[in-house]
Amino acid sequence: MMEHIPLNFPFLAAALLAGVAFYIIIFKRNLIKLIMGIALLASAVNLFLVALGYRAGGNAPIYTDVPPGPMVLPVPQALTLTSIVINVAVLALMLTMVVHIYRHTGDIDSKKSRRLKG
Amino acid sequence: MDSLITHSPALIVALPLLAAFAIPLINRAGPRVRDIFNLVIFGFIAFLVAILAVDVYSVGIHVYTFGATAAELALPGGYTVPVRIMFEVDGMSIFMGIIITTVTLAALIYSLQFLKGRTGQARFYSLMMLLYAGMMGLAFTGDMFNLFVFLEIASIAGAGLAAYRTNMADAIEGGFKYIVISAVSALLVLFAIGILYAQYNVLSIAALAHYMQYTTLDMMALGLLGGAFVMKLAGVPLHMWAPDTYTVAPAGTTPMILAASYTAMYALYRMTFSLYGGHIDTTAIGWIVIIVGVLSMFIGVMMAVHQTDIKRMMAYHAISQGGYMLLGLGVGLAVIADPVALANYGRDAMNGGIFHIINHVFYKALLFMTAEAIFFRIGIRDTNKMGGLARNMKWTTAFYIIGALAISGIPPLNGFASKLLIYESVLRFNPVLSVIAMFVSLVTLASFAKVFYSAFTGPPMPAYKEVKEVPKSMIIGMSILAVLIIFFGLFPGLIVNTIVAPATEALINQASYINAVMGALP
Repeated sequence: MMEHIPLNFPFLAAALLAGVAFYIIIFKRNLIKLIMGIALLASAVNLFLVALGYRAGGNAPIYTDVPPGPMVLPVPQALTLTSIVINVAVLALMLTMVVHIYRHTGDIDSKKSRRLKG
Repeated sequence: MDSLITHSPALIVALPLLAAFAIPLINRAGPRVRDIFNLVIFGFIAFLVAILAVDVYSVGIHVYTFGATAAELALPGGYTVPVRIMFEVDGMSIFMGIIITTVTLAALIYSLQFLKGRTGQARFYSLMMLLYAGMMGLAFTGDMFNLFVFLEIASIAGAGLAAYRTNMADAIEGGFKYIVISAVSALLVLFAIGILYAQYNVLSIAALAHYMQYTTLDMMALGLLGGAFVMKLAGVPLHMWAPDTYTVAPAGTTPMILAASYTAMYALYRMTFSLYGGHIDTTAIGWIVIIVGVLSMFIGVMMAVHQTDIKRMMAYHAISQGGYMLLGLGVGLAVIADPVALANYGRDAMNGGIFHIINHVFYKALLFMTAEAIFFRIGIRDTNKMGGLARNMKWTTAFYIIGALAISGIPPLNGFASKLLIYESVLRFNPVLSVIAMFVSLVTLASFAKVFYSAFTGPPMPAYKEVKEVPKSMIIGMSILAVLIIFFGLFPGLIVNTIVAPATEALINQASYINAVMGALP
């Protein structure tokens, strides 16, 4: 099944995700949607990293009882794992801040909840 | 002692990380015990930074490989690429280390009494230690992926600190803006790291520089890295977050977030000089850096002049002063391929730009602390509502004057020393740029003089009759910086020769950075 997908398909998907993410981050005024945009951007980068390490028909990079054939690269997977963990922390922190912003201003629209100007 | 020096790069990052998670536990024994613990552990870290600095300046680049049989062993026998995580501390890294450590020490002492009676103190110090660990890791790392990790550690801790005063709506907003731009820029960095890894299958900066082919993909990666770090260092036109975040962060931590911005600037220099040096069109990239610098200088100061919020004004000046550093380094980068011009003025321009980082962090940290001292006592930041404070707050006034004169480049303070270096060398590169830099300096003086008259002088205001000087620990924190500002201003030659010139040399001499790791290759 997997070998029928063109190899650069995941890269296109990552680019598309990143494009959608940037559109949301730049043009959406709802802070929750902004956070979703950042989560999408993180997914785009993670997809890109995992796709880098993939080899068609490769095995999981575990060295015991490995069947013959190519292995996928382990390093990008380690990077992706770290990146996911970090992004969980970042997104959680952002959401707590939005909760605080809502408590103070009663709004999560960035135009209306804004206090700092000039 | 020898093994302490050998392992100091790892300890400098590991100890504050451990301390950050130990502080909430130690806090149970009482705030006094916690404060003593903080001071002792940070004093020890500062001592480690000092011995590492002596080692780097006398011996050379210090490579520390995690998990190797010997810490210096970057390439184990039989390997042609470095496979382990490593720290690579050269003149520029340790220069950033000295700045960060000094500012954190002053901020820690300043915060002791600043935080008295507030809730969440233990978590405040935890975040402070995390921010310190993140910045030091960013300065020391020799590995692209750890660059990303430490960037995120510093961002999360910085945003947490900026939003520390959760009872203020604007504090949350400033913190939120900081975490959003940090998250976006860190993801751009990770994207670029992925692009580089896809081509060369290594993550070490030195190994990447060694194998660099400068393909179209590498250009894209450079664009992503450049955009991300310019956003993090608040260069115009990506500066919009900085005034908000610097304004709302509590006093001790504003200087640290400022230092975090310059750590991102360090990362930008590390990329352009050490990673891509020798491949990129240095004149074109140098001019891009110069243009970003001049725009930051000019727009930053013009936005600052009409501000009435004292910290916001200083924040815009921070953007403006960042422009000087980019200008100096940009000129150096633009002429790096031309040995004659480099020897004539390029090296001086870079010395000026790098020297300005340490000078600016010190005097802007001092200014932010005086602004927060006023806020601490009277609870407002609007300069139009202040007046006559010099009668009540003598030390704060004196520190403000020192900081304001230093930022305006008045001799014999440190701002003058680095700005003169920049003016002289940039004049020989392009006189127009030098004239703009001098003009910006004049406007800076005008804007700080305006605040001085409206806040500190004038008749005593009845509302502020009972205002007292700030507590001792805040004065000690500020005086550390004030003494350093005067010392750097009186002996600029000594400072440039001992710590600035090695940093410049480390940036220019890309080969030694690569060879420190890849040298064992046949």
